[in-house]
Parts: sequence; C-alpha cells; structure tokens
Amino acid sequence: MTWVLANFGQIWRLTLDHIALSVPPILLGFLIAVPLGWIAHRYAPFRGAILTLGGLLYTIPGIALFLSLPVILGTRILDPINVVVGMTIYAVALLVRTAADAFDAVSGDVRQSSVAIGYGPVRRFFEVELPLAGPVLLSGLRVVSASTVSLVTIGSLIGVSSLGYFFLNGLNRRFPTEIFTGIVGVIVIAVVFDLLLVLIGRLLLPWAHVARQRERRGRGAAA
Amino acid sequence: MIAFEGVSKRFPDGSLAVDDFTLTIPSRSTTVLVGSSGSGKTTLLRMINRMVDPTGGRITIDGDDVAKLDPVKLRRRIGYVMQNSGLLPHRTVIDNVANVPILDGVKKSEAHAHALELLDTVGLDRSLAKRYPAQLSGGQQQRVGVARGLAVDPNILLMDEPFGAVDPLVRDELQQELLRIQRELSKTIVFVTHDIDEAFLLGDQVVILRTGGIVAQAGTPAEILANPADEFVASFVGAERGRRALHIDAEHGDRVLVDGTGRVAGVLTDGPGGMAGTAAGSAPE
Repeated sequence: MTWVLANFGQIWRLTLDHIALSVPPILLGFLIAVPLGWIAHRYAPFRGAILTLGGLLYTIPGIALFLSLPVILGTRILDPINVVVGMTIYAVALLVRTAADAFDAVSGDVRQSSVAIGYGPVRRFFEVELPLAGPVLLSGLRVVSASTVSLVTIGSLIGVSSLGYFFLNGLNRRFPTEIFTGIVGVIVIAVVFDLLLVLIGRLLLPWAHVARQRERRGRGAAA
Repeated sequence: MIAFEGVSKRFPDGSLAVDDFTLTIPSRSTTVLVGSSGSGKTTLLRMINRMVDPTGGRITIDGDDVAKLDPVKLRRRIGYVMQNSGLLPHRTVIDNVANVPILDGVKKSEAHAHALELLDTVGLDRSLAKRYPAQLSGGQQQRVGVARGLAVDPNILLMDEPFGAVDPLVRDELQQELLRIQRELSKTIVFVTHDIDEAFLLGDQVVILRTGGIVAQAGTPAEILANPADEFVASFVGAERGRRALHIDAEHGDRVLVDGTGRVAGVLTDGPGGMAGTAAGSAPE
C-alpha cells in the first residue's frame, strides 16, 4: 500500500496513457466493423470472405503484429500508433461477426414494413436497421472494450507505456505489489468502460430496456 | 381507381405467383382479396405500392402507370397496414403514427398533433402515446398500425391480413372499428385475408382467388353467396357444406336459425342489429 501511495503519480499517468491507447481502437473498431458487418449481412457472396478474414486477423499473435506494423505503416517502432492500429485490427476482427449477426437479427417484418411506409435505403439503414441492431452491437462492443483494455498491456513489451509497464517491471523486480497494482488498474478501467457502455445503451436504446423488462415479466407470469 | 391489366409475376426461382390477372378496384370502397396461401393475394397487394414489381402487364392508379412512379414517394402516399402491426419497436406510439408525415418533411410538432387526433380516430387513449409497441396488447398495436396507415390521409389504404394474429373477440372489435372508420373517411381500401367471413363482412367487392392469382369469382358478398360461380367458390364460401344454407326452426318456441350442418346459427329478429344479447349470429348492421 505504501508503494501505491508513493507511486500514485506514476500510476495515474500510466492509467491515463492506458485509457488514451484503449479508446481509439474501440471507437475505430466499431466504425469499421459496422459497415463490414452490414455488407456481410446484406450481400451473401461477401459474407464468407469477410467473416473468415475477421477470424484470421484475430489469430495473428500480438507481438508479431506490433513488430510488423512499423514496416507496413512506415512508423517508428516505438510509435503508439502501432498499438492503436493493432488493437483496432483485433477490435474489427472481434466485432465484425457480431455486427453481421446484429443486422441479421432485425425482424424481417419490421424491415418490410419500413419499406412499405416509404423509407428509402439510406434512411432505412440509419433510422431503422442500425438502431434495431443496437442491442446486439452493444453486447459485442462490451466484449471488444474489455478485450482491448486488457490487450493494450502487450504494448509495454515494445515500449509503449500503459499499465502493462507494471507487469514487466514488477516481474523484473520480483515485486508482486506492482504487478497486482497493474492488474487492479486494468480491471478498474475495464469495469468503468463497461458501465459507461451500458449507460450509453440505456440512453440511446431506451426501448430495448422496456422490451427486456416486459419479456422478463412475461416469463415470470408464465412460471 | 386501381386497375390491374393482365398482370403476371414470376419470381426469380421460376414460380409463377400471379398469371394474367385483371381487375378494377373502384375508388372509395373496400375490395377484399380472399384466398388460401399460394393464391397470390399478398403479392397482388404489394404490387400496388411497388413492394413487388410485376413481370408482365401493368397496374394503374387513376390512370397513372405505377411502374413510372418513384417507389418511395408512391409508398408514402399509400397507407399500409400489415399483420403483427409492423410498428417500429424502437419508436413510441406517437412517433410511429407520425413517422410517414415526418419522412415527408412535415414539422414534428404538427405531425405529433395530428397523430394524437388519429389515436382518437382509431379508438386509442391518448395516454398510450408515449409507450413503446412492446408495451401494448396485440389489438392496440393493430390500432396503432391503422392510425399510421391513415397518417398522410392517403386515398388508398392497403391492408395485409391486419387482423389475422389477434384473438377472435378483438378481431370482431377491430373489424367493426374499420367499418366505422370507412363510413367516416371513405378510403379506397384493398384488404387481403384468408377468412371468408371477414371478406363478406368488410368487402363491398369480394374477389375470391384460386392458386396462382386466378379470379374464381368477383362480386358483392350477396352475389357470390346467391350464385357461386363454381364448385370451388361454393366450397370456399361454405355454401356447399350447408354452413350458409340457413333455415328457420320454430320447434323451440322461438324462431331459431339452423344451418345445413345442424348447428344453431342465430336467432331471427325483427330488425337489423337485433336485440342486445341475441346478436351472437345476427347480421352486422
């Protein structure tokens, strides 16, 4: 505990670094995966290719990815951009299948009905399909958020600062308190992100909450 | 007036849903397309607002070929009510009703005010306006569906088995409401159902379809009942089995109507509508 108090400044700084590295990949991953997922949902011939590619990307080992990105992108090896791009690739890989499933799950009746009352294709996407895919997209995003916050620690191996530094340094010094501090920090960030996502979901998708409540009540009454 | 002129529809898989269908649907009255599944009735309905485009023939609305109209604009000026309401689950009742006018550029406040009036029209309490569809009963959802269909004050209202999924009591209620609304608004309604009783109740013109969109008979309910064109129609309307061949049985001291199967169908009364409590089998007003 004394160590934590004595090093609070560093813990706080690395926590902020960690957050700064985690947020862009989550947002970018979402922005890239949603259109890809929609294409996979809408155009059957592309579905296999997109989903397989997503699955393959996720199997690339993190270190290999971080070391090869500077060569591909022409960035410096210590540039945090490498971590952001790498994490974005993982986020897309994780989310693209969920996004395709989310659009698949939109009821055909509702889609038909939106066509029948005069929605054109663009407004139908933004005002009907995207919000109705929202609950499934949100659950996918929660997984991506937790996974990104934990994977960002790998960046420390190539010298990009995050709470992962405490793992490496604690290991070198055989100092469990430091490692434990890193773990707690990562968990706290992950939980806070998750709560934020749930809160955003409540605000943007109030109807989903209502529908779930009703379903639960219905099941309760049937039992 | 809506006119089908030699309309055919072959789906990409090669199946022929409708073959050379010709029919005139007069304005300001209700035409019911009735047939079993596979009769092409829903396909025919969806051709009117170009949800489905025919592969042969043409459809005109007041003389305009629909194929030459922009489908999205066409759909916005035709009301559409479907089974399971088709309401947008993420929009409140009022937003669902005001949906099409807002798509069309009407100001939100104006569209909402009109939507509240429409809730009155379809017999829904205004207090439901802020609920989501999932918070309503099936019958209430269908009423919202009808209100949405009426929101742009369309000349034409297309109804695709709108009361097919609600329980019989609610269905009776909704049918009577529709008759009342139609008396007030006189829309051109095209209604699809597989229920011949519903067809006879609601239709000024009833079109009985065979498989493949072939017209077995078209006419008023009375014409069809009195002179079924053939065996198929007779069996479809139930005349053959005697379900509609009623006779008076006075043995019970009262004048009771009995059908050909021996089932008591109702009580004979002196005037239309009958007395309260004896209306079980009596004709609607």
